Amino acid sequence: MLDSLISHDPKVLTEKKPDEIIASGVVESLQNFLRKCIIAVLSYGPMPKHIAFIMDGNRRYAKSRSIKQGTGHSVGFAALMASLIYCYEMGVKYITVYAFSIDNFKRDPSEVKTLMELMEEKINELLENKNVINKVNCKINFWGILDMLPEPVRLAAQKLMASTAENTGLVFSVCMPYNSTSEIANAVTELCKERRDMMQGQQASGRNGRPANGGACSDISVSDLDRHMYTAGCPDPDIVIRTSGETRLSNFLLWQTTFSHLQNPDPLWPEFSWRHLVWAILQYQRAYPYIEQNKDLAKKQL
Amino acid sequence: FHFPCAILASNAYYLIPHPEIINSVELPKFVLCLGRWMHNVLFFLLSTSRNFSLHREAFVVNETPVFMNKPPPHVFKLMSLPSMIIKLTLGLLWCIIHLAISLLSLCSHLIFNLECSLISSGLLWKYRNLQLGRLKYLAIVVDSREAKNTVKINQLLYWLKTLGVKYVCLYDIDGVLKKLFAPGMNGSRDNNPGDYLDASANIKALDCCQKQMTIECISGSDGKEGIAKAANLLCSSYLNGDSYTQENVKSEENVKSEENVENEPVFTETDMASALKSIGCAGPEPDLLLVYGPARCHLGFPTWRLRYTEIMHMGPLKSMKYGAIVKAFHNYSKKHQNYGK
Repeated sequence: MLDSLISHDPKVLTEKKPDEIIASGVVESLQNFLRKCIIAVLSYGPMPKHIAFIMDGNRRYAKSRSIKQGTGHSVGFAALMASLIYCYEMGVKYITVYAFSIDNFKRDPSEVKTLMELMEEKINELLENKNVINKVNCKINFWGILDMLPEPVRLAAQKLMASTAENTGLVFSVCMPYNSTSEIANAVTELCKERRDMMQGQQASGRNGRPANGGACSDISVSDLDRHMYTAGCPDPDIVIRTSGETRLSNFLLWQTTFSHLQNPDPLWPEFSWRHLVWAILQYQRAYPYIEQNKDLAKKQL
Repeated sequence: FHFPCAILASNAYYLIPHPEIINSVELPKFVLCLGRWMHNVLFFLLSTSRNFSLHREAFVVNETPVFMNKPPPHVFKLMSLPSMIIKLTLGLLWCIIHLAISLLSLCSHLIFNLECSLISSGLLWKYRNLQLGRLKYLAIVVDSREAKNTVKINQLLYWLKTLGVKYVCLYDIDGVLKKLFAPGMNGSRDNNPGDYLDASANIKALDCCQKQMTIECISGSDGKEGIAKAANLLCSSYLNGDSYTQENVKSEENVKSEENVENEPVFTETDMASALKSIGCAGPEPDLLLVYGPARCHLGFPTWRLRYTEIMHMGPLKSMKYGAIVKAFHNYSKKHQNYGK
């Protein structure tokens, strides 16, 4: 299932003897069984519903392996697909990734171009290989100021969003190009437009003699803004994982992460694997009682 | 058939080792916590087995799948005796894993305490000369229940002063710190009234040992609610049509809006930033944020100030150490930011 998405590296495809294939099949099924056992044990405790990833470290990975930066990003994409499947197995329903920041446009133009071409290629691959998406019944969202993307990428992204809009399974949200502060500014703009339309509607109904309601005159509340965020309808992230050990959030989901457990494991993003995910969930389970207490206190105050 | 699962789930939280275990460095307290936890485990096992035997007779094995598709692996469907045993075994394994992790983190905590005392005594040479040049603004997030401990907060502020920090922003979500450090309430506590000068609504200058340090206290109402107020300001000024055009002509990023100024509202980040400033919720962006609490969460720190801040978790406030702060500052000085590039 993953092979269609991972770019084929000639070094990986080697000739295998028949008994090697059988042996690898046995080992693989044993690994699968072990994974399912560990997931069953983990599921006994609280499991996160929404995990957000900041995929940091692709360029450092490429540098340490002495490969091109573009290949580093491709390996990062393969790691993303693998993490998606692992999260689905664990029962995580919402996954959000920080693919591209508005600040990243400041990078070297050739690197930005490589990244955009990679995204276009992968989105088109996903559009063609529908069986992967249908297997996990995935709904894909693209959050951000899509107008800043080059035309082919934007069209492909909109097409993918439209074709998966009806799916009800896993919700996979890709933030590109995204900034938390511009998301808030956008929400304020949308809210203002909504209020203006309401006021114009009120003025129209006022002319007809019907009494106008005071809805547009009330102050803007936090829940009004929540409705207009890109993340409306998704719960807040339970865990935010930033790989490569960096400790900052870099303008990612700052509004939604009030009670999220922030984690920063040391491995670079292409090295992020199943055991790191298990460790992340274990850390979340240890912090869970404290976070729930805080959430309840905050709800009581409202 | 979800009822027994619900019982298990509701009782399972007793089994999570209380975070206090990792901070109980004194042996008797640790043994007490461990004993209490083992008692909870026994109670849980007895109560769930009793519940299962009660409900087993009244319970019909339900074969119809809940979902049309194959359900995710963590949904338990059958409720017969073997599955009960499996579930109890899983529960035991889960407890054992978490106990092992707690013991490991206790060991690493002890090692960390040792390192902190070495740092405080000045024996570790690499922490001797702290370069605080890049650290202009520091922020501290405290859990609201721990924030009531004024002795610890004052000690923390004193340590930061001796380290040479010039600007500290204290934050807690409920506003406990704001009330503690409010002007006019400085006679009745451990604070010396002469230490605090009233600079502005949130800012105080702490003058002691000839080192000036500015303290700012903010709360959860300056976070999301502050943004809502700023949004309100922008929206109402647009709908009333007066100062909106001024703001947009000034901001350079917004060329389109000059054509649409009569029709469409377009608010940029700079508009929001200036609106936040005019309602008094703006402040300098901290370079480093220290989180004092059981978990690493920023608990709603104001969004416009948290964008590129390094966030470091220091543990609970009651077990804070001077050496830990020195170590955090040292780690901060090693950090390198690209700001997206």
